[in-house]
Amino acid sequence: MVSLFDILGPTMVGPSSSHTAGACRLALLARAILGQTPERARIVLHGSFAATGEGHGTERAIVGGLIGLQPDDLRLRHAFAEGEAAGLEWEFERTDLGEEAHPNTTIFELTAGDETVTVRGASVGGGRVEVSDVDGFAVALGGDYNTLVLMAHDEPGTIAAVTRTLSDHDVNLATMRVDRTGRHKDALMTIEADQAIPEEAIEAIKSFPWLRWIRRVDRVS
Amino acid sequence: MHRSIQALITEAEESGRRLPDVVLAFECAESGADPEEVRARIRKTLAVMEEAIEEGLKGEVFSPSGLTGGRARRLWENGPRILGERVTATLARAIATLEVNAAMGLIVAAPTAGAAGVLPSILVNAGEFLDADEEARVDAMLVAGGVGGVIAHRASLSGAEGGCQAETGTAAAMGAAAVTWLAGGSNEQISNSVALCLQGMLGLICDPIGGLVEIPCIYRNASAAMQAIAAAEMALAGLDFPVPADEVIDVMGEVGRKMPAAYRETAMGGLAATPAARRLVQIRPTGEPRGISG
Repeated sequence: MVSLFDILGPTMVGPSSSHTAGACRLALLARAILGQTPERARIVLHGSFAATGEGHGTERAIVGGLIGLQPDDLRLRHAFAEGEAAGLEWEFERTDLGEEAHPNTTIFELTAGDETVTVRGASVGGGRVEVSDVDGFAVALGGDYNTLVLMAHDEPGTIAAVTRTLSDHDVNLATMRVDRTGRHKDALMTIEADQAIPEEAIEAIKSFPWLRWIRRVDRVS
Repeated sequence: MHRSIQALITEAEESGRRLPDVVLAFECAESGADPEEVRARIRKTLAVMEEAIEEGLKGEVFSPSGLTGGRARRLWENGPRILGERVTATLARAIATLEVNAAMGLIVAAPTAGAAGVLPSILVNAGEFLDADEEARVDAMLVAGGVGGVIAHRASLSGAEGGCQAETGTAAAMGAAAVTWLAGGSNEQISNSVALCLQGMLGLICDPIGGLVEIPCIYRNASAAMQAIAAAEMALAGLDFPVPADEVIDVMGEVGRKMPAAYRETAMGGLAATPAARRLVQIRPTGEPRGISG
């Protein structure tokens, strides 16, 4: 859904809405999926990001996003220094993921403490982004909502239990998607909510025996 | 956002509201924000646009590649020679924003960073010579946003999808509508300004040298801004166009879909593939933008 401020914006540090603002936003979303600022990051750039990223400040925008700088933060220009000051160690690689991959595809391998996550996504234009894969599971995250991603063993009542728990915590759902790998196998739920999702709701969901894992992905600007 | 310019105008006329109020009400209904919040955010957006122009006109910013910088200032100081002051100022201001953009300055991507010079230049200029106050400029931004939303829905805003016509063409159509509104044009004249503007931008390819948002982008923004004020002038004088704005927008979408990939932001064709451009891109970026404040 295009909002007025997608047309009259975003307000951003130049020069490119896809290669600078979008790159920053994609990194912010990867950071949100990790749930904290990473200590180490390996970032793989494909296609146009790999080819023209240098002139567009793409790498700076990504480092900035990984430490939490927003697309309109002037510190993006000195993001390498900011990243070092924040204690982030990073390395970039360029690769060819093939014709099928979106030209602005990026793969993040992020580590903080014992937590590690691999996120694949793309900057799809005008500053909008899409994360398509988290730790090998297909997802569709744009960072526009507060989102829960959870994997449940597929048995009756799991969806009802999750929605009831959220409603008990006054969380209003915007969208919900369920993908199943097969009958009685695992089901991936992606739930987008208008409000921030409280930690207590997540703790309550974690107590269900059929839950395999859950990640809270807060909205990025 | 609305699906057609006609739908926007019909809704305004049937409800007896002004065009910007229809766009505002739609945004409030979609986002849940109240009207004053939206207007306040537009005021902030306008302030960023104005600051970028001011910074660019100082002539001190240079991009990391060195391809752009200082040109807005040169035009500002050396013109006008043959045009009127308003037109020369429009050109210089459009270039100013794009030079700030290339130097990693703060800009408003309306609708994209590559076309970020057009709408601010028109709004600041028209604001001056039409003596439009801030609220009138906020209204003009709403009109521009309404038009941009229709184009996003019916065609594309992305150079990678539809060439430069989708970026600077859309920005120009938004600017034409905004200035026609500011000058007191009727809804029909606003619609005509969109058609008159966009018909002149059809087919424009996206062929950035080195793949960078610099050359020809700074000049394309200047010419798009001029196209926009020319279209507004014609529409305000009562000139019309036999193909309605929505159908011209559809043509822009069609041309974009049929445009070869070499002309859609890949830097594989057009100006980007000329011998001169190939020599230029041997220059490696210095790594740091220069002269930018903040």
